[in-house]
Amino acid sequence: MSNVNHVMSTAITSDVFRRLGKNNAAVMIEDVVKRFGEVQALNGFSAEIQYGRLTGLVGPDGAGKTTLMRIMTGLLVPNSGRVTLAGFDVVDDNEAIHIVSGYMPQRFGLYEDLSVMENMRLYAQLRGMDADQHGDIFDSLLDFTRLGPFTKRLAGKLSGGMKQKLGLACALMAKPKVLLLDEPSVGVDPVSRQDLWRMVQELTDDGMAVVWSTAYLDEAERCQSVLLLNEGKLEFNGPPQELTDQIKERSYRLEQVGTERRAVLSKALNLASVGDGVIQGDAVRVVLREDANTREIKALADDVGASLTLVQPRFEDAFIDLLGGGPGGTSALAERIDAVELGSDVAVSCRNLTKRFGDFTATDDVSFEVQKGEIFGLLGPNGAGKSTTFKMLCGLFKPTEGEAQVVGHDLRYATGSAKSQLGYMAQKFSLYGLLSVQQNLEFSAGVYGLEGDIKRQRIDEMINTFDLSQYLSTSPDSLPLGYKQRLALACALMHRPPVLFLDEPTSGVDPITRREFWTHINGLARKGVTIMVTTHFMDEAEYCDRVAMMYRARLIALDTPDALKQGAVNEKHPDPTMEDAFIHLVESAQLDDEARRDAKAAV
Amino acid sequence: MRRFLNLFVNARLRAQIVKELLSILRDPRSRIIVFVPPLMQLLIFTFATTLEVRNADIAVYDRDAGHWSHELVARIDAADFVNEIHTVHSPEALRDLIDRRAVIAALNIGPEFSRDIAAGKVGTVQVIVDGRRSNAGQITVGYLNTIAAGVSAAVQRDTVHANPVVVRHWFNPNLIYRWFVVPALSGILVFFSALMITSLSISRERELGTFDQLLVSPTTTFEIIVAKTMPALAIGLVLGLMMIAAAAFVFRVPFEGSFWLLMPSLLLFILSVVGIGLMISSVSATQQQAILGAFAIGVPAVLMSGFATPVENMPTLLQWLAEAIPLKHFLVIVEGTFLKAMPASDIIANTWPLVIIALVTLSMAVVFVRSRLE
Amino acid sequence: MNDQTSKTVDSQADLIQDERAQRAFDWRRLMALVRKESLQAIRDPSTILIAFVLPIILLFLFAYAVSLDVREVRIGVVLESDSASAQSLAAAFAGTRYLKVTPARDRREVAEQVVSGQLRGYVVIPQDFEKRLTSGQPQSVVQVITDGSLPNTANFVANYAQGVVLNWQASRHSGRPVSVINLEPRYWFNAELESRRSLVPGAIAIVMTIIGTMLTALVVAREWERGTMEAVLSTPASVVEILIGKLLPYFVLGMAATLASAALAAFVFDVPLRGSLPALLILSAVFLVPALGQGLLISSVTKNQFLASQIALFSGFLPAFLLSGFLFEIDAMPVPIQAITYLIPARYFVSSLQTVFLAGDVWAVFLPDLAAMMAIGVFFFAIAKRKTRKNLES
Ligand SMILES: Nc1ncnc2c1ncn2[C@@H]1O[C@H](COP(=O)(O)OP(=O)(O)OP(=O)(O)O)[C@@H](O)[C@H]1O
Ligand SMILES: [Mg+2]
Repeated sequence: MSNVNHVMSTAITSDVFRRLGKNNAAVMIEDVVKRFGEVQALNGFSAEIQYGRLTGLVGPDGAGKTTLMRIMTGLLVPNSGRVTLAGFDVVDDNEAIHIVSGYMPQRFGLYEDLSVMENMRLYAQLRGMDADQHGDIFDSLLDFTRLGPFTKRLAGKLSGGMKQKLGLACALMAKPKVLLLDEPSVGVDPVSRQDLWRMVQELTDDGMAVVWSTAYLDEAERCQSVLLLNEGKLEFNGPPQELTDQIKERSYRLEQVGTERRAVLSKALNLASVGDGVIQGDAVRVVLREDANTREIKALADDVGASLTLVQPRFEDAFIDLLGGGPGGTSALAERIDAVELGSDVAVSCRNLTKRFGDFTATDDVSFEVQKGEIFGLLGPNGAGKSTTFKMLCGLFKPTEGEAQVVGHDLRYATGSAKSQLGYMAQKFSLYGLLSVQQNLEFSAGVYGLEGDIKRQRIDEMINTFDLSQYLSTSPDSLPLGYKQRLALACALMHRPPVLFLDEPTSGVDPITRREFWTHINGLARKGVTIMVTTHFMDEAEYCDRVAMMYRARLIALDTPDALKQGAVNEKHPDPTMEDAFIHLVESAQLDDEARRDAKAAV
Repeated sequence: MRRFLNLFVNARLRAQIVKELLSILRDPRSRIIVFVPPLMQLLIFTFATTLEVRNADIAVYDRDAGHWSHELVARIDAADFVNEIHTVHSPEALRDLIDRRAVIAALNIGPEFSRDIAAGKVGTVQVIVDGRRSNAGQITVGYLNTIAAGVSAAVQRDTVHANPVVVRHWFNPNLIYRWFVVPALSGILVFFSALMITSLSISRERELGTFDQLLVSPTTTFEIIVAKTMPALAIGLVLGLMMIAAAAFVFRVPFEGSFWLLMPSLLLFILSVVGIGLMISSVSATQQQAILGAFAIGVPAVLMSGFATPVENMPTLLQWLAEAIPLKHFLVIVEGTFLKAMPASDIIANTWPLVIIALVTLSMAVVFVRSRLE
Repeated sequence: MNDQTSKTVDSQADLIQDERAQRAFDWRRLMALVRKESLQAIRDPSTILIAFVLPIILLFLFAYAVSLDVREVRIGVVLESDSASAQSLAAAFAGTRYLKVTPARDRREVAEQVVSGQLRGYVVIPQDFEKRLTSGQPQSVVQVITDGSLPNTANFVANYAQGVVLNWQASRHSGRPVSVINLEPRYWFNAELESRRSLVPGAIAIVMTIIGTMLTALVVAREWERGTMEAVLSTPASVVEILIGKLLPYFVLGMAATLASAALAAFVFDVPLRGSLPALLILSAVFLVPALGQGLLISSVTKNQFLASQIALFSGFLPAFLLSGFLFEIDAMPVPIQAITYLIPARYFVSSLQTVFLAGDVWAVFLPDLAAMMAIGVFFFAIAKRKTRKNLES
């Protein structure tokens, strides 16, 4: 890790400091306005971004983050106002911008028919670097992305997160003065995110300005400065702590709520005085609204026999508070559906499931059973084989060995009626870019056989639930990332399937919408819907009844979240979080692997 | 239309058909691109594709000062197909004109020409033809021969020769080339449009990742294929009808046959093309592969269809292969319907191969889509 | 960090100059782009299919299938008279090389077969054939009915049947010349009149148009569709580098395809290459300028593979096929359409290619053609460059 920064820093310091010019700001935004037809994407605000700092760009879906990023890199032209980057006007001196800045678009343009190494070499050479001269940079980037063993694999055959990391590696190849990263950590596993974080921090220490837009607010909290956008307006600009300080003494924890935590959360969220709440293990964490008192929440605590403690506010609390609080605790969607009846108690099962691509094993001898109404989480580092397992369960891949069943059917040979028991939300969007949002909804309703009034009703329901009305006639391609996810989820839920497969449903979605997603998921589970979900948000893993951990194609643990956390207790982490548990499991699996390899070598 | 669909197909299929139509017709640009260029091309190509020779330039190297060479050159100069006569005075100049493609043919009249004729012998004229344009060259020679025969008749004024043969061109007495070319071009343009539209349909979904979503839904492979035939079928039918109307009303090609026999044949023709397109699409991983694959099949198919040259000119093996080309059968039907008033039995004889092609290719497409699961 | 920066304040002018130096055309960046594009092209089997397999198919078809030389036309001969001379004329028809005769007694039988397309025409030797033949009056002796729905074949049948009758008559009254003027055609460059020799250049032009226009339009549109363009645009690579990097591999592919087709034509299909190889290469190279330019222009306007392919089909491929003069004579087209053909690069290419293969290096033909192709190419590139800006605004 350190050697990349060494190389980069020597290159950058001489470069950057010599050029800083008179004004000290890396990016100066002055009254920038951007319209797309009717839509006002940026509403005219000013801000400065400094060198040597990590600046977070946060805001709900569709706030204008990507538009701002694209204007800063000169890919879009503002309708009015001025943006200068490293002293260059982004419009007038467009070409210079591409030399002084590095940019990672949200959907990074990897060439899917080139290998990992070929992609990296290409972007290195485009930035005037050479793989042979800068071998150490390549090594450290491969190290952080953990793509070292896969350099010859075509980019199109990587897992979603691996693609994202490869894109990051290509963007980080540059030695720009200003580095712009548009949601770089979407779909990246916690371990790699830590590495990424370290890497970026060392870059800023060397004087680079890094702008990082993110939906992970724990990341934003660690930025030196944040710009919070909402509906094209700048709502906050300053160190995150400043915002967090505004909501002192409003965060509480209801501890030891026992097994009924989902119900308790739902009740808490339905209280007028509670603005936001999440599940944390066997506790429920709530944030009170501004000027609200603790009467109601105390009553609830007494009611369920939990203890109430005041806790430190987090940036996330402040963010949600600023945007008017989170969703209520009841899912209107789940309310409307009838309790699910399934033929069997076992909704999903697989035995000795194995998938090989050539001589590479993506899923290795995985077996588990999921009960009806369970929320079953599948966690694991990027490339562990989660999506592959999902695809075999859904009948999209043919298992090399073993068998997979959903509601008693092997879906590869299943009839239409068996398949309509299933809802699948792919990790990569599978929306029709040539159709409008409305037409996409109508298509997925129709293809599951919905007709007439029911169809119209369901579509309206989805539009209301996921707040899609403003985008009905646009193409999904031009939707903000979070809205794409909403639309994809809406399409998967439309026919109210008793079994749902959600592959990273919340990646790239803002925290408020994520809470809404989970409100719906919780509500559906209470109605008996079985939910299989993968995620890289460790706080979301807490919502699951059971969690399966995959590592290098194998299932290394399967238990309740609390049990997994218990297993990770040691003197360093007396009260481990889910993230600690994740890292612990991955590291011990790694040690196991090494031990086994050593043993083999000895024989 | 909608009510009609409701009657015959279930909601799943209906949703897919609507989706397929929208994917092509929602974007106003693609609506224009799908309809306007083919119609424009019909107009342009109709006038462009002719196997007659017109506006030809001819060189004359006349070493004979006599009457008959004058007569011959004057008649050629007056002929309709000739644009200009270039008179040259040396063999080098003649050669140069041919080399530069300035003339298509050159007459080399020897010094003895008129004298030979006067003496009752045969006067010989050498005609040098640009063999690079072998076809047009041959036709030019044919025209020149007719003129020479005319001069010859003038010489033999006394011994009247009647042409021993009366020729009647049935269906097209004046052999108007346009009557042949407009119906044929309609077929070719519909063929390419339908082939390109369908060859992209599955591969595009594969490339963009929406195909998985279809596969997990309750819809069957059969329904997927049926839905995917619809846009090309609809667009091809509309294009085909517009072109047939243009042929009959704008280009005034006589329409002798039965429209009600032509319609189903047109549909079957498009369906068999769609089958080929979907087969290509179902084996392609990317749109590029699909389009290039469509070309690798489409271009030879047009060449072997009997449009440029008659099928019976080809070696037997290729003639069999041509049976698998929908365009070959459709050209027979469409020419026959326009000019010959082909009876139903003859039309059917050319439609059942279309049915077989469609059945085979569409089932292959279903099989390929099924077997391409990883 | 702040005092560090204030120590090293530089003048803005100096800084901009430095950037300019970096911005200039950079060979290594270009080579990286070229390498990437070549890898992509080589990996996709469809490029090989188009560049090397399609030419083989086309050359084969032009050699054996699409010959404009008529081989065997099926006609009917209706013998209504039983006289010896009628029999002898019928035999004369049956004995020709180019006609395949179906004998019949009744014209209704063969008429039906003409309608169904099994016969291309028929000859009627009438009942009073003998009488007409000997009457001494100038009158016709046989009737020829052709299938006018295929004008070319009809023409051939009419002319050929006439020839057969004339020859038959001449052989009966030997010695009497039929015509006093004899035209002796000599086909330069193609003495045996093999149409494949003039069609092969057309095949090359078609393949080059598919590679140059169709394939290029697709690969550039694909970059927009998949979002890789956004990533590449945000690197220091300039528009010119990106465009050249994109086109160079397809330029090479097009040249390779030409060479392969030329070799195949010369060694397998017996088409002579009378001109020089350098001339062929120069012609192909210059033709690729407008072809690639057109592809680039199409894709930068549409940014979508479906639209790009449709436009390339109708503006590139079909005109190259039908308006370039290799199947249909340009001189015979009406003036407005002749005017259109001047805008079609394939027209100049076909004319020069036919010359370089069959006639030799006739620079008087090449130079104007080269100039025209170059001019069209520069025009396309100029618009394409203006349309491809380094941003995503449409
Ligand atoms: N078609 C394929 N050919 C070869 N290898 C593949 C293919 N598809 C997936 N893989 C490999 O299988 C492994 C598992 O991929 P998978 O998509 O299941 O990971 P994942 O756990 O979902 O990761 P992520 O968190 O990044 O989404 C990866 O190493 C990937 O490169
Ligand atoms: Mg995945």
